[in-house]
Amino acid sequence: MRQAIRFRRRGRIVEVRDFSPRTLLLDYLRLTERSVGTKEGCAEGDCGACTVALGRVRDGRVVYEPVNACILLLGQVDGADVVSVEDLAADGVLHPVQAAMVEHHGSQCGFCTPGIVMSLYTLYREAERPVTREAVNDCLAGNLCRCTGYRPIVDAALAACEGPPADRFLAESETIRADLEGIADGADIFVGDDTRFFAAPASEDALAALYARHPDATLVAGCTDVGLWITKGMAAIDKVIWLGRVAGLDAIEAGPEALTIGATATHSAAHASLGALDPDMGELMRRFGSVQVRASGTVGGNIANGSPIGDLAPALIALGAALELRKGDRVRALPLEEFFLAYRKQDREPGEFVRRVSVNRLGAGDAFRCFKVSKRFDEDISAVMGAFRLALVGRRIASARVAYGGMAATPKRAPETEAMLVGVSLDDPASWEPAFAALAADFQPLDDHRASAAYRRTVARNLLAKALHELATGRTDETRLVGERPALQAAE
Amino acid sequence: MSKPLPATPLPPDEAPLRHVRQPLPHDSAKRHVTGLAQYIDDIREPEGTLHVAIGQSPRARGRLVALDLDAVRAAPGVVRVLTAADIPGKNDVSPAFGDDPMFAADEISFHGQALFAVVATTRDAARRAATLARVETLHEAPRVTVEDALERGESVLPDYSFGRGDAASVIAGAPVRLEGSLRVGGQEHFYLEGQVALAIPGEEGDVHVYSSTQHPTEVQHVVARVLDIPDAFVTCEVRRMGGGFGGKESQATQWAATAALAARITGRPCKLRLDRDDDFKLTGKRHDFRSDWRIGTDETGRILGYEVDHLARCGYSADLSNGVVDRTMFHSDNAYFMPDVRIGSKRLKTNTVSNTAFRGFGGPQGMLVIEHVLDQVAWAMGRDPLDVRYANLYAPGRDVTPYGMSVEETDTLPALMRSLERSSDYRTRREAIRAFNAGSPVIKRGLALTPVKFGISFTLTHLNQAGALVHVYQDGSVHLNHGGTEMGQGLYLKVAQVVAEEFGIAIERVRITATTTAKVPNTAPTAASSGTDLNGMAARIAAGAIRRRMAAHAAETFGVPEDEVVFRDDRVFAGNESLDFGELAKRCVQSRVQLSEAGFYKTPKITWDRAKGTGRPFLYFAYGAACAEVAVDTLTGEYRVTRVDILHDCGRSLNPAIDIGQIEGGFVQGMGWLTTEELVFDGEGRLRTHAPSTYKIPVASDVPADFRVALYPNTNREETIYRSKAVGEPPIMLANSVFCALTDAVRALDPTRPVPLDAPATPEAVLRACEAMRGRPLG
Repeated sequence: MRQAIRFRRRGRIVEVRDFSPRTLLLDYLRLTERSVGTKEGCAEGDCGACTVALGRVRDGRVVYEPVNACILLLGQVDGADVVSVEDLAADGVLHPVQAAMVEHHGSQCGFCTPGIVMSLYTLYREAERPVTREAVNDCLAGNLCRCTGYRPIVDAALAACEGPPADRFLAESETIRADLEGIADGADIFVGDDTRFFAAPASEDALAALYARHPDATLVAGCTDVGLWITKGMAAIDKVIWLGRVAGLDAIEAGPEALTIGATATHSAAHASLGALDPDMGELMRRFGSVQVRASGTVGGNIANGSPIGDLAPALIALGAALELRKGDRVRALPLEEFFLAYRKQDREPGEFVRRVSVNRLGAGDAFRCFKVSKRFDEDISAVMGAFRLALVGRRIASARVAYGGMAATPKRAPETEAMLVGVSLDDPASWEPAFAALAADFQPLDDHRASAAYRRTVARNLLAKALHELATGRTDETRLVGERPALQAAE
Repeated sequence: MSKPLPATPLPPDEAPLRHVRQPLPHDSAKRHVTGLAQYIDDIREPEGTLHVAIGQSPRARGRLVALDLDAVRAAPGVVRVLTAADIPGKNDVSPAFGDDPMFAADEISFHGQALFAVVATTRDAARRAATLARVETLHEAPRVTVEDALERGESVLPDYSFGRGDAASVIAGAPVRLEGSLRVGGQEHFYLEGQVALAIPGEEGDVHVYSSTQHPTEVQHVVARVLDIPDAFVTCEVRRMGGGFGGKESQATQWAATAALAARITGRPCKLRLDRDDDFKLTGKRHDFRSDWRIGTDETGRILGYEVDHLARCGYSADLSNGVVDRTMFHSDNAYFMPDVRIGSKRLKTNTVSNTAFRGFGGPQGMLVIEHVLDQVAWAMGRDPLDVRYANLYAPGRDVTPYGMSVEETDTLPALMRSLERSSDYRTRREAIRAFNAGSPVIKRGLALTPVKFGISFTLTHLNQAGALVHVYQDGSVHLNHGGTEMGQGLYLKVAQVVAEEFGIAIERVRITATTTAKVPNTAPTAASSGTDLNGMAARIAAGAIRRRMAAHAAETFGVPEDEVVFRDDRVFAGNESLDFGELAKRCVQSRVQLSEAGFYKTPKITWDRAKGTGRPFLYFAYGAACAEVAVDTLTGEYRVTRVDILHDCGRSLNPAIDIGQIEGGFVQGMGWLTTEELVFDGEGRLRTHAPSTYKIPVASDVPADFRVALYPNTNREETIYRSKAVGEPPIMLANSVFCALTDAVRALDPTRPVPLDAPATPEAVLRACEAMRGRPLG
C-alpha cells in the first residue's frame, strides 16, 4: 500500500501525500505549483485551454497524450510524465510547434494558445507522417479558438509536422522511460483515511474488496464526467476510487467472434479495434468527444454512466453486446440494452462495477450502419444517434437490430421497427414504410436544447432510410457529408 | 489550399516604410505560445487575497421577498457576504441609463441575476457557499420572447425610425412586391478568458483594479460610482484580454465593481472570476431580432421601396441597446440604394440577461435581413441573386443612404465584387452546382456571393476621440501607452509600428505598456473597429511632437535646417552628421528638451442628428465580399461549408498578417453565429445552452479546407492612419454568404417555393426548411 501519488514533472519525481481527493490537476498546476501558463476556459473539458500532455510507457515507449487538466483529478497523474506549456521551450529556444505558431500568426488573444500548443505537441510527437489537414483538425477538435478562425493554426501544425519529430523530449526519452518505470511499483494506492480518500487499487481483487467496503465511494475511470460533478455540480465527493491502475482491466481482446473491451480501456485505446468492426464505428470514435476526452474517457465509464445519449452505447447495442459486472467475487453478464433501466439509472448494485463489454463481430451477410447527428460534427453529443445491424439474405433483410440514442431516456432498441424490417427488400423502398411508421411506436422523444422532438422523429426515420438506401445502392458518396465509406461495400 | 492570395500591389508609399505595412507577428506571440503572457487570473496574488462568487436569482421575474444568508455566512472559508445594503454609492453598474443594479434588491429581472456576493478565502469555498442561500421570491411569469414583449408592449427604450420618401405607397404601387419576416438569433461572445477582475485596496479609499475590459474608463467610473469616491481614486489597468468581441465593453464593470466593493469592505485584495456557465448566464449577448420586412422592386429586381421593422430583444435593461439597434438601422441598406425607405425599430424588454455589444454591434442583423430579402427578390423573378445585388449597389447619382449620408466611395465595392466573382469562378460553379443538384437527391449544394459595406466611427459622436502617452528615455527606448486595449486584435502592435516608424527606430525599442486610466484618461472603449484609427493617430501625434523637438535640437546642434534632419535605421541624420537615436535622446535630456508628449485625436467630419435622422455618422465605409459554397444533407439538415473566397478592403493595410487574421477570424465567428451557435431559453427564462458542451462555436474542422482570403488593394480616401481602414468588425458580415448559400442549397429541393430558413441555420433549422420545401412540417 502506497500512501502517496508519484509522477514525473520537469525531470524530477514528485511525490504528493496530502491532497483532497477531488483536487483537479489544473488547480494543482495553477494554485499549488503556480504554473499559470495552463488556462481555465470552461472547467468542463470542452474548450481545451487547460490541455497538458501526459506521458506514459506503452509497449516500451513513452507515449504522450493530451488531457483536459480542468476535469482530471490530480491523483490520476500517478505514474505519468506531466508536461505543461511552460516546459516546451528551453534556453530561449521555442519548440518547433511553438515556433510554427508564431511564424504562422497562430495566436491572437492567446488565451487558448497554451492548450493548442500542447495538443499540437502531442500531434508532433505521435502522429503518423505525413500529417494531413484532417489529422490536424481531429487533433484540434477539443481546442476552441474564438479569434483566429483556425486556418493559421492548422497551417502551423502542418508546417511543424513536416519532418519526423525531433525535440528535446525525444532526446531524453530513455531517461523519461526509466524514470516512469522506476515509479511504476504496482502497489495499491490509498491516500487519506476511511472517511476521505483517493484510492487506486492495482488489481481487480483489491478493487472488488475496496469497493465492497466503500460502496458509497465514487468510481472514477477517466473522470470526464465526474470532473463536471466537481466543477459544476460542486458535489461533495470525498471517497474516490480511481480505476486507472487496476491491472488488466483495460485489456482489449480481439477474438474471432467478439471483441472484448476492458472497462478502463480508453476510447483512444479502443478506437482501432472498434473501427475494425466496421468503418462506421471508426468514424463514430473519431467524432467521439475530442482527442483529450478520448485519451481520458473509457468505454466502461461511458456505459456505466448511463447517459441517455452515450454515443457509443446505441452502436454497441445494435451490434449485439454483453456487459460483465462484478461485485465482490460475484460476476454476472447481461445484454447491454438491459443495463439501462431509466434516465440515469442502471442495473448496477451498490458495490458493483463494470468489468468489460463484449461486442459481437459482423458475420457474412451482416451489414452495419451507424449515424451520429449533432449540431456540430466534431466534439458534440448527438441529438440523435441511430445504429442498424441488418442480416441480409440476398437483397432481403432476414433479421435486424436497431438502436437509437437521444430518442428516449436511455439508449434503446426499437423492437417494433426491427420486426417490421424483417423480410423487407432493399429493392423495394415502398416496403420500408411500415418500419418507418413503427419508429413512432418505439420512441416518444422529448424537446430539449439539443433538438426538438419533431426533429428527432424526422431524423430517426431519415437515418433508417439512409441506411437502407446506402445498402440498396452500395454507395455512400450520395448520402454523406462526412465519414464516406469505401465503395467496396457495394457487395453487401 | 488556404494561404492568402497575393494582392495586386498599390503604388509605393511616398516615403519608404520600415515597420508599417509589414506582416509582423503579434507582439505577444512568443509569450502566448510559451504560456508566459499574463492574464488577470495569472497575476501573482498579493498575500491574503480573497475570492468572490456571485449569488444568483433562481427565478427570472418577480419580487425578492426574503434573502436568508445565514448558511452562506456559516460556510467554511467565508469572510463576508455582500448585498445591496453594503453598497456605499449607487447600486448601478449600467453604462448610461441607470437600470442595471449590481445586486438586485427588490425587483428580479432575469434568471441568474446577482443578488449577493460571497467573499471567501478560496474561490472554491466562495462558489460552494454561494449556493447555500435561501431565496424567497414572489414569482411572476417571465417575458422571454420577442412575442412576449410585444404582447406586453414593454420596451427598454423608445421606438425609433428614420427613412426617406413614402416607402409604403411606393411598395404598394411597385410591379413586384414581397414581404416576410426573418428571425435572427443572438450570439454568446465566448471569449476564451471569462470575466475577471482583481481589486487591490490602497490608501485612503484608493483602489487599483485589474479588469479584463475593453473600456477601462467605464470600469473606473462605475467603480467610483458604486463606492462613492471620485474617479481619481480609482485606477483601472489591463495589459491584455483573452478575447472581448464586445462582451467586455460595458459588461466587465459589474465584476470589477463587485471585486472593488469586496476589497473596500474587507480591506484585502479581492478577485472575482466568473465560472464559464455563470459567465454565460450573467452576461449579455448579441441581440436577437425578429425583422418584419416589405419590399417593392421593378421588373429587374431593382429596389423601389423598402420597409423593415427590427424587433430587438434587448433583455431586461437598456445597456448599449440604443447604439446597437441604431447600428442595425444604419446597416439595413447594407450596400444597396433604397429610393424610398422606412427603417423602424423596437427595443423590447424581456426577462433575460441584458443584451450588449458584440462585434458588428447590431450591424450584422440589419445586413442579414436585406441579403435574405434580395435572395427572395431574385428568386421571385428568376434571376441570379448576384445580379440583383449588382443592380442595387450604390452608384453615382444613387448614392445617399436612408440616413442622408452620401456614399462618396461608390467605385470600390462593384470592382471588388467583380474581381471576387472572377477569382472565385462564380458563374462556372453556379452551373456546376445546378447540374450536381439535378442528379443528387440527398445532398444539395448551394452558392452565394454577398457584399459588406460597414460604417466606421462610433455613432455616439463624442466617443470618437483618443489619447496616447509617449515617453522617450535617455537611452533611446520608448514607452508607449494609449487608451486602446488589446484583446488579441493586434492593436498594440499596430500602434507600436506607427511609433517606431515615426522615430525611425527598431520596433524592439518601443515598449508596449498596459492600458491604464492613470496614464491616458477619459478614453473611449476599444470598440466600433476604431482602435487603430483613433489610437494609432493619437500615438503618431504624440511621437511626432517629440520627434520634431528632437529634430529641432539636432538641427540647432549641427547647423542644418530642421526639415533636413532624418530619423532612419535607429539613427538621426543631420547634414553630414549622424548619431544613434539614443545618443540624440541623451543630448536632448541634457539640453532640457521635453521627451514626453500626450497625443490627442478626434475623428473629423462626422455629425449625427438623431432627432432628424440625418447626418454623416461615419467617416468612411469599409468594404468586402465573400463567396461561400455549402453542401447540405437534406435528410438530416447537416451541412458543410466546402469553399470560401474572400476579398476584403483594409485600405492600405498597416499589417497584412494581422488584418488577414481579423478577416478570417471574423468570418469564422460570423459563420458560427449563423450556423451552429444557438441560444436556447426555456419558458422560465433559463438559458439552457450555457456552456461549450451545449453551445457550439466553430471548431477547426468547420472551417472550409478551401479558404481563400485576400486583401483588396485600395487606399482610404480619408486621412486615416497611413490610409488604412478599420478591420475589426466588418469581416463578421462576410459570413452572410454562408447563410445565403445554405438557403440556396435548400431551395434546390423546390425552386418554386420561398425558403423559410431563419438564423441560426442549425441542422434542425435547415431540416425544418427542407421539410417545408417538401410541403410538410418537421416530425
